[in-house]
Amino acid sequence: MKVEAKILLGLGLFFGLMCAVYWNWSLENAGGVMMFAAMLLGFLPGGYYYWWSRRMKARPEDDPTATQEEGAGVVGAFPGTSIWPFTLGMGAFMVVLALVFGIWFLVPGLGLVVWAMLGGTAEGRRGGHV
Amino acid sequence: MTDVLDPPVDFAHEEPAHEEHHGPTGILKWITTTDHKVIGLSYTVTAVVMLVIGGLFAEIIRGQLATPNGTLVSLAQYNELFTMHGSVMIYLFAGPFAFGALANIIVPIQIGAPDMAFPRLNALSYWLYLTGSITMLAGFFTAGGAANFGWVAYAPLSNSLNTPGSGADLWIGGLLLTGFSAIFTGVNLAATIFYLRAPGMTMFRMPIFTWNLLVTAILILLAFPVLTAGLIMLYADRHFGTHIYSVAGGGVPVLWQHIFWFWGHPEVYILALPFFGMVTEIIPVFSRKPVFGYKGMVFATLSIAALSLGVWAHHMFTTGVVLLPFFSIMSLLIAVPTGIKIFNWIGTMWRGEIWFSTAMLMAIGFVVTFLIGGLTGIYLASPPLDFFTHDTYFVVAHFHSVVMALVLGGMAGLYYWGPKITGYLLNETIGKIQFWLLFIGTQVFTIPLYILGLQGMPRRMAVYPHDPQWQNLNDWSSFGAVLIGLSTLLFVVNIAVSWKKHPAGDNPWDAHTLEWFTTSPPPHHNFYRLPQIRSERPTWDYNHPEHHALAHGKHDPEASAQ
Amino acid sequence: MPNFGVTKGATTSSSSVYHLWQGFSLGAVIIGAFVVLLILYAVLRYRRKGDRIPAQTQYHLPLEVLYTVVPILIVFGLFAATVVVENKVVANPKTNVVVDVNAFQWGWKFTYPGSSAVVVGQTTQNPVMEIPVNTNVHINLTSTDVIHGFYVKEFNFSRYALPGIVNQFTIRAVNTGTYFGQCTQLCGLYHSLMFFSVKVVSMSDYTTWLNSFQNGSAAQAAQSATQQQTSSVVPSKTTKSSGVN
Repeated sequence: MKVEAKILLGLGLFFGLMCAVYWNWSLENAGGVMMFAAMLLGFLPGGYYYWWSRRMKARPEDDPTATQEEGAGVVGAFPGTSIWPFTLGMGAFMVVLALVFGIWFLVPGLGLVVWAMLGGTAEGRRGGHV
Repeated sequence: MTDVLDPPVDFAHEEPAHEEHHGPTGILKWITTTDHKVIGLSYTVTAVVMLVIGGLFAEIIRGQLATPNGTLVSLAQYNELFTMHGSVMIYLFAGPFAFGALANIIVPIQIGAPDMAFPRLNALSYWLYLTGSITMLAGFFTAGGAANFGWVAYAPLSNSLNTPGSGADLWIGGLLLTGFSAIFTGVNLAATIFYLRAPGMTMFRMPIFTWNLLVTAILILLAFPVLTAGLIMLYADRHFGTHIYSVAGGGVPVLWQHIFWFWGHPEVYILALPFFGMVTEIIPVFSRKPVFGYKGMVFATLSIAALSLGVWAHHMFTTGVVLLPFFSIMSLLIAVPTGIKIFNWIGTMWRGEIWFSTAMLMAIGFVVTFLIGGLTGIYLASPPLDFFTHDTYFVVAHFHSVVMALVLGGMAGLYYWGPKITGYLLNETIGKIQFWLLFIGTQVFTIPLYILGLQGMPRRMAVYPHDPQWQNLNDWSSFGAVLIGLSTLLFVVNIAVSWKKHPAGDNPWDAHTLEWFTTSPPPHHNFYRLPQIRSERPTWDYNHPEHHALAHGKHDPEASAQ
Repeated sequence: MPNFGVTKGATTSSSSVYHLWQGFSLGAVIIGAFVVLLILYAVLRYRRKGDRIPAQTQYHLPLEVLYTVVPILIVFGLFAATVVVENKVVANPKTNVVVDVNAFQWGWKFTYPGSSAVVVGQTTQNPVMEIPVNTNVHINLTSTDVIHGFYVKEFNFSRYALPGIVNQFTIRAVNTGTYFGQCTQLCGLYHSLMFFSVKVVSMSDYTTWLNSFQNGSAAQAAQSATQQQTSSVVPSKTTKSSGVN
């Protein structure tokens, strides 16, 4: 994970430098705050990956001499079909339409959202269809 | 020590045996799919539909501007037209096509993964995109019409006093949905690329297309939340009585511009980088050489991303309230990594064996058109030059050169990967005619607009009664737009004519990267077998072991011409 | 040197901007032509002739460094030239001639502090801002509603009129004449028709004109003069209203 960590840390460092120069020179707060936040987005996951990369052994995809056999086995969870993304999407759609059409859409929309969150979580725990 | 010549490894499928014909069928199958290939194809079709809708608006705009006192549409309708043309093209076509369509389909296969890291989240991204598009376009069916304040929605024009209708709120709502769609795709792409690469596929062996999508994903995560926050604040100003962007309550209208463009500039690189990536796949294949300067390309992409967060106020030079020299130097510097890429593409073709398939023609057309757009962008990075070109057709021409380049790149990607995705080749003759119409049409469309801008024609003008002499150039530009429209029609014709005609086989282009090792179309979970990965061109190494890449960088003098 | 589509304009700043434009354009044409020629050469010279596989060259470090460093140097050169011209354009030397420009939906209002001169007009009425030649004219630009753009092509310049902020810039016209301007920042329904003009006259003509506002009748004459500058397109009421106060 070293390369991934370095990319994020490098970006964070660049944004930090840019923020320091920009905010001090312009005294403009909106840009300063946004650049500072960008720096954090580089440092937080980048720092986490860096910390991890020093504690883990090389994964097969970090090893230039790895063989395909080493990648055998379960790679991840890939639920093949699920109704919950569609349900959540329709719920979000209704919630957003509520911005224009009011509470008539907000309540069923939130209902669908909550139902999808529950259903999706349960499906994830159960293993889902592959 | 395994070798690239070892036979490819058969997968033992890790999940329990399942029979696909017992799953849902028909429309229920589409609604419940989490397969990145199906989702990516849905994105592609939806995005192309948005391209056609946005293109229709463009043709009406060009019709209105064909005469100085056009009456094709009213002044009010014209404001809706260019707002929705820009909004549909940028938010609903270019972005989703760039990071949701081909990226969704190709990235997992290029790195040897069975799917994206979060397949259900991927599906959710698509539904948010589809419903967001419907929401935004629904504005046309409201009493006040669709949003009409420009695709950038500057405050105070976009507040409830100046734009009271619900078309504006639907525009905001649509963007909230598509914004989250993009953010979730960014998460998915980054996680997939970080965690699901096949053994031996180190970061510096990934295809440049995948690299570009990784950087795009990071940019999405950096930028889109900012837009979402800004939009929520705009909605609050409109309906919850806040005064964030209005002077009356002690707010600052220019704040909207800072927030919008902090997203807006990375956004144009979010749009561009995937197409850069596509072209960087295609040019090496049709030059029969590896990409020239792989590490330079990676460095350039990361530089573009880093710099792109520090240039946003070059869209605000004429406000008089931004730090001109900072944004000027940063914007000028972004030309450097872009130039590196262009030279690397040329270096790839240099001393190659170039084959002019439709994909290659489109890719070369992309490079030339992007060069023009990029050079004109350099003027805009200089505040004194921006002061008199801002808000004129010079800027409109600049960004249309750039986005038409992206369209050329997108067509290159579709012709290149279409056979892999569908299993069938597109007709090359029709493709070549389409290319010439699109390329020539693009230049005929944009070059008169540069001149018009320098002659003083402002943008977002429904009529130009004071300067009827501008009609001639406007008509030329409209003619170019017609050629572009015809080329799009030809594309649709090509799809119809080639439907299930010529099977493509696994690797019709003798291409280099991992997706060309599997079948066309790929099976469920993408691979029946995988080769050993020892370079950034695992398929090429397998097919041409005598020309395989050496330890990165050196070229083998003995592996030259047979 | 060709003008590359721009003219030297009517002010001291406009000609500096014009020369900067020419410099940038020369660079753009040279670099653009060079790159296009490289591409043309490559696609013609290296067309596939058979089935041979070419040398699989992957990189050339000295060349890559060259085309990284040289563009950076070019960029710094462009930036230096930019800063010189920019400082001239944004300078605000002390002067006695001041015009307050107020943009509104959908017209312009020019007032001259220290006098009773007021010129106002909407859309195609094309109100005229009169200023003296060869004098630094300080403009205070603001808006009373949405953002508008103050743009005069002959000045090679534009600036936003922002609500709640006064943008200040200086014009020093070198030629007499009347220069057309219009709003360039989308401001609603009649954005396309928000015309104005800047009329540059001799200092004595300017002083006379300014003083004519002291007595009411001259002011009335000036007002009706602006109102008579109609053109063939007259704003009409539309049935569908969007974005109208």
